[in-house]
Amino acid sequence: MPDITKTATAPAEETATAVAAAAPQKAEKARSLWGDAWADLRRNPYFLVSSVLIFFLLLIAVFPSLFTSASPTRGDLVKHFLTKPELGSIGSPEWFGYDGQGRSVYARLIYGTRASITVGIAVTAIVTVVGGIMGMIAGYFGGIVDAVLSRITDIFFGIPFLLGAMVVLQAFTDRTVWVVVGALAFLGWTQITRVMRGAVITVKQADYVHAAQALGASTVRILFRHILPNALAPVIVVATIALGGYISAEATLSYLGLGLASPTVSWGVDISAAAAQIRVAPHILLWPSIMLSITVLAFIMLGEAVRNALDPKMR
Amino acid sequence: MTTIDKTATVPAPRNGGDNEGPLLEVRDLHVEFHTRDGVAKAVNGVNYSVSAGETLAVLGESGSGKSVTAQAIMGILDMPPGKIPQGEIFFRGQDMLKMSNEERRKIRGSKIAMIFQDALSSLNPVLTVGYQLGEMFRVHQGLSKKEAKLKSIELMDRVKIPAAKARVDDYPHHFSGGMRQRIMIAMAMALEPDLIIADEPTTALDVTVQAQVMDLLAELQREMNMGLILITHDLGVVADVADKIAVMYAGRIVETAPVHEIYARPAHPYTKGLLESIPRLDQKGQELFAIKGLPPNLLRMPSGCAFNPRCTAAQDICSSEIPVLHSVTEQDGSELPGRKSACHFWKETIHG
Amino acid sequence: MGRYVARRLLQMIPVFFGTTLLIFLMVYSLPGDPVAGLFGDKGTDPATLARLRHEYGLDQPILEQYIRYMGDILLKFDFGTQIRSGREITEVIGDAFPVTLRLALLAFLIELVLGLGLGVVAGLNAGRLADNLVLIFTLLIISVPVFVLGFIVRMVFSDQLGWIAPNVSNEELWSELLAPAIVLGALSLAYVARLTRTSMAENLRADYVRTAVAKGLPKSRVYGVHLMRNSMIPVVTFLGTDIGALMGGAVVTEGLFNVKGVGGLIYDSIVRREGMTVVGVVTVLVLVYLVASLLVDLLYAVLDPRIRYA
Repeated sequence: MPDITKTATAPAEETATAVAAAAPQKAEKARSLWGDAWADLRRNPYFLVSSVLIFFLLLIAVFPSLFTSASPTRGDLVKHFLTKPELGSIGSPEWFGYDGQGRSVYARLIYGTRASITVGIAVTAIVTVVGGIMGMIAGYFGGIVDAVLSRITDIFFGIPFLLGAMVVLQAFTDRTVWVVVGALAFLGWTQITRVMRGAVITVKQADYVHAAQALGASTVRILFRHILPNALAPVIVVATIALGGYISAEATLSYLGLGLASPTVSWGVDISAAAAQIRVAPHILLWPSIMLSITVLAFIMLGEAVRNALDPKMR
Repeated sequence: MTTIDKTATVPAPRNGGDNEGPLLEVRDLHVEFHTRDGVAKAVNGVNYSVSAGETLAVLGESGSGKSVTAQAIMGILDMPPGKIPQGEIFFRGQDMLKMSNEERRKIRGSKIAMIFQDALSSLNPVLTVGYQLGEMFRVHQGLSKKEAKLKSIELMDRVKIPAAKARVDDYPHHFSGGMRQRIMIAMAMALEPDLIIADEPTTALDVTVQAQVMDLLAELQREMNMGLILITHDLGVVADVADKIAVMYAGRIVETAPVHEIYARPAHPYTKGLLESIPRLDQKGQELFAIKGLPPNLLRMPSGCAFNPRCTAAQDICSSEIPVLHSVTEQDGSELPGRKSACHFWKETIHG
Repeated sequence: MGRYVARRLLQMIPVFFGTTLLIFLMVYSLPGDPVAGLFGDKGTDPATLARLRHEYGLDQPILEQYIRYMGDILLKFDFGTQIRSGREITEVIGDAFPVTLRLALLAFLIELVLGLGLGVVAGLNAGRLADNLVLIFTLLIISVPVFVLGFIVRMVFSDQLGWIAPNVSNEELWSELLAPAIVLGALSLAYVARLTRTSMAENLRADYVRTAVAKGLPKSRVYGVHLMRNSMIPVVTFLGTDIGALMGGAVVTEGLFNVKGVGGLIYDSIVRREGMTVVGVVTVLVLVYLVASLLVDLLYAVLDPRIRYA
């Protein structure tokens, strides 16, 4: 990313004198914000753990059949959920037991990953693009444009997220993954807009932006070449952490019966079904809850690590 | 004019005769910072002393260790990452590094006070100026809020802030840069300390205001007969107010001298370079001299003299042996009091 | 200061109407018919449907419906009637509101005390063991979805230990509300702790804190007076928007612990497509949110003198 490193501001020095200028004799690479962040990330245990987790979750989501040969939807009623898990078989699919319709809990865990990951990534992608553009426009142009966009943002922000999503989703009888994605994105873009707007307002005042304006660069060029790369850091942090939140929201909605529904295989759907049998068979509830929490944790940890790396003040 | 020799008698000691020696004496001070990339040696064996009524100017570019030394004296170093592996700091004959935290706290503000460079960020933005000034009296002297406020107004008058009574309840952002720096000075002077450390007190100010603030500082110092350590990179400021100068480079003192002698005859190539890089009217039209290269990386100090990669007069010995702080003498061997240089070739530099 | 408040108030008016209009549109312009829903799967003859639609004003253009609806609320304090029970919606909300408000306040208190406490401890010990423990704790809390957390709390404290009753009784004692309040406030608690920690750790390196130390102030004063006040500014902003969010988030918690509050009411209304009730409840929540944000703005101005003149 040569263009980014060129304009990125150097991170504030940790202690005024601790980090002196690079020695001239050694051809040391000038560290940009992004290069510095990467150096920081590689040593962060949270980043390492979360990226390994996310790698596996993505692998499971894309190729679930690699991890199980059982079907998540075909039940074998002989294997009822009351069949105690075979304790001797740790690690094998039997160990996870079977749900109320005799379906393998393990297979459902594997196949349910795709729904959660898809919702998380798709919603984050949409809100980052939409919210980011709105925030850039509001922050850069200011004045009446900003006032109008900010009020619109306030209006969407005023609706409680979960309640709003419930209202939108109840209108759809056929709630596919994409309907849920749409509902969450519809209500979620304001967060990114606010962050982006704030970041753009700060960056806009930088001398290199004034310089670009003075040199007659086009608005689009200024926005995408000079402002965006420097305003992106807080947006990335918020988006990564929000990703975990969207996965959690999808599961909550499915649990409430207003998100995904059978036959879509999803952890939230399973948790909702298992909740009815919590007293007799708590383990059916346990596994999807654990998977869900680990997934959310992985993305939130990634977000934390990125935040630490990109925000030198946090170190 | 006082001399630099620390055994010289101090004119008019302040509190009777209890302080024979200097007010403050730093001996062989080392400070290092432990960072991700290694240990940065910010201060490597600094010695200096200040007596009552005396002004020591510490000169150097950023990263030379001048501010870190001051922070170590004040006891406001961030530790960790900072660490003082070696050295002593005597205040009235007592090593402050061996004191308890509580003892040191009581000295801060009341006996040794500090003025910072950027008054806007150094004053608390959400508290009134009067509150922040009054805090000195409330904490150190146990005065009531009301008494402290009256004292604050008095102080603001003393540093010549107009309409002090009306402005005491204003916030720092209501004042101009020069006025804010006067408030910083007032805060430092509040309890009439024995020693003031001013860390680039005028750097952030307009040139026109710089002189006013500097004059005020000098005037108050004279009145109260305080010791003053003036940290700066501005040779112009130094000439007017300082008694003696210590030039720092890469965490070491490379030259010390009484103030006027250094301008006439520097004994270290670095000092010489600094002086030659000041624009002069009589050299109009000529190219301005600049010291080549960059200050050394504190994580990877060059071997030998830290200045050798940039020095025009460097020889082989300069990259192998660290020069000690030699006493500087006249050509006939007669002593030049207070003059020292950490250069293998000080003779050539001063006389050549 | 006065101008600042007036400006904020003026900005709130379009937000109030915009938000209520948005929720109104979401409820009424999306597919699904509350009147048809009234008769279940069997359905009824079209004439009855048309008559009922007319009775509830559902056959008017949507904007007209909204204007009439808002007019009734603002001028006559009339939120309409619940289709299923025929009760006044104001009455229905009046029944459900107090317990949710108490639940939200209790959750808020827990989040305030524990969140700030953990955040301060972590911030003052940034980079050390305590900081890392708080970080791990908050990350876990944020990661576990609220309904899972609710199940855990119920399973451990009611089924295993028997400390609390599984369901909140109709008297809704404060002691019964404690467990649901912890579940409800947990997520925000974690956010408050993170926010406080970040803010403290950042301000700890501020120049004015260094000045305060250089003045010889005792630690308690450096932290308590100089550091805290500056560090609270971002936290207060979060806390202000959170009361409304807590009330909205009560849907899950109230369901888990069988509390008969706003959350349950709104859930039932959404599932039964009682649009009028949904809009009514959300309108009240929006009002709570707006009042809370105004309070935050005032508090913000008190905490930070710089913005009074902005």
